[in-house]
Amino acid sequence: MTGQSLRRHIMSRAMTALVVLFSFLAVLALILILGNLIIKGASSIDWAFFTRSPVAAGQTGGGVANAIVGSVLIVSLAALIGVPIGVGAGMYLAEYGSGRLGFLVRFIADVLNGTPSIVIGIVGWTFIVKPTGRFSALAGSVALAMLMIPMIARTTEEMVRLVPNSLREAALALGYARWRTSLKIVARTALGGIVTGCLVGIARIAGETAPLLFTALGNLNFTTNLSQPMQTLSLQIYVYATGPYDEWHRLAWASALVLMGLVLIISLVARWVTRQRYGSVR
Amino acid sequence: MTSLPIEPLPTPKPSTETRWSGLLTTGRSDRTYRRILTAIALGLPLMIVVMLSVLVTGAWPALKRFGPSFVWSSTWDPIADIYGAAPMIFGTLASSFLALLIAVPLALSVAIFLTEFSPRWLRQPVAFVVELLAAIPSVVYGTWGIFVLIPFLRGHVVPPLKALLGWTPFLQGVFYGNSLLAGGIILAIMIVPYIAAVSREVLLAVPASQREAALAMGATRWEAVRSAVLPYGRAGLIGAIILGLGRALGETMAVTMLIGNRHDISLSVLQPAYTMAAAIANEFSEATTSLYLSALFEVGLILFVLTVAVNAIARVLIWRVARGAAVGSRAL
Repeated sequence: MTGQSLRRHIMSRAMTALVVLFSFLAVLALILILGNLIIKGASSIDWAFFTRSPVAAGQTGGGVANAIVGSVLIVSLAALIGVPIGVGAGMYLAEYGSGRLGFLVRFIADVLNGTPSIVIGIVGWTFIVKPTGRFSALAGSVALAMLMIPMIARTTEEMVRLVPNSLREAALALGYARWRTSLKIVARTALGGIVTGCLVGIARIAGETAPLLFTALGNLNFTTNLSQPMQTLSLQIYVYATGPYDEWHRLAWASALVLMGLVLIISLVARWVTRQRYGSVR
Repeated sequence: MTSLPIEPLPTPKPSTETRWSGLLTTGRSDRTYRRILTAIALGLPLMIVVMLSVLVTGAWPALKRFGPSFVWSSTWDPIADIYGAAPMIFGTLASSFLALLIAVPLALSVAIFLTEFSPRWLRQPVAFVVELLAAIPSVVYGTWGIFVLIPFLRGHVVPPLKALLGWTPFLQGVFYGNSLLAGGIILAIMIVPYIAAVSREVLLAVPASQREAALAMGATRWEAVRSAVLPYGRAGLIGAIILGLGRALGETMAVTMLIGNRHDISLSVLQPAYTMAAAIANEFSEATTSLYLSALFEVGLILFVLTVAVNAIARVLIWRVARGAAVGSRAL
């Protein structure tokens, strides 16, 4: 080997090592965060944590039952609003989206996907909190729904596009109308993928805090009234983590572990659903 | 094409012209079906128009009162009712660029590792772990930052850094914890998965013949990556980085919890700063006068326009490489 060739091979090895090192660092970040969450969170979780509402500041004990229920309610309502619109828009993009309008909608969906969620909170505040004169869970749900629509639209489109055109042609050849083919054959074939997309969207909004700060606001008491301010796990974590008490910090870690667990479970179910359907395709 | 054409954009095409072309005639119910789907899809353009008009309407009093000086004035005084957003705009840009500085080498390494160097059995697990990073809620990053990252920085990073580079203007002052540095680092960790996922898709779209040709010419593995693979995907990689920038600019909770929230412009990364998103998060529900609220709307408007522009540029660049795939959305 000549000197120059040797230098080039050393360079190649060095850069490969650097790439591996940096990749390891990125993976390490996740391990550190999850590790800390589990160690600090798990020790604080007991039965009362799930069954009781918060106690007055400075006292020990108490739980986040109100926040867990609030998260489930607000996210469910958001999904109820967001999923039909998102899936509908996605079906449009996949089925009719090759023209100018389709292009525009696709582009806007991608751009909206990167819009700061805090700005969507402002919009939710303007439309619901301002006219009704009070913070409410409903306003939070609307803001979260706006956040999930563009995401679901794009994943739905992608999944529907995977359906082979021959299926469509077969259905049409058998005398199915187009709309029936689209709903009964195409959408049903892609159902696993669509469900996955929706679940991923739900997992993402379940952890959102910023759009809820001045819509759902937060509430230290237990409530299921959608027209009242409501607590969510994410809001609770924010208050507890930035507060001055050690007891709050303990609860913040525990709530963070629970929230992370929820998000992870939804994400894993989402993966599992697609694996069933598309295991061989993807 | 070196410039960025906003119109006409490269159309990502499906396999056929429209999926239905040439397949039977349409009946009335088919037309109804199409109309319903179209109406729903129109909701998205409507949404962006509504958001813009809400922000402009809300910001109008402040726009009229302060004019363009809002952007470069650094007085933010709710008592005197005078507002200028310069410190937040500075903080937003500074924290995002700091984040890019850290995140880009890491994220590109992950993408290169996964597409070029990784043994096959390791690809899935690493990709999965990086995707998980994207699934962690912002507020959880913030919590981790307060209780783990900041103590670590205070104990093990800042002292040696100051000893080494303490003379530069970037490391002046006492480090209390909440600072531009802490905010930038947490942002970096948060945007790594986005940049990595999109870059990976871009690199996967590079034809194998590019690598094979370089290797056949006697290039080493790294030379093949550097001279054949990366230049081919350059537009897409830049798009991925800009996409990460868009995320960083608008990220709210973790930054609010770590950056210190002080209306101040300082070059030192050890000092507290403020971002536009953090200002809205902190002050919106406490705005006491209507002009105060309007000023926060204007901050929201600036943030919205900035991120929409950044995202639009990123999308154009990425679409040019990976035709129309919903790149990145799968990373979530």
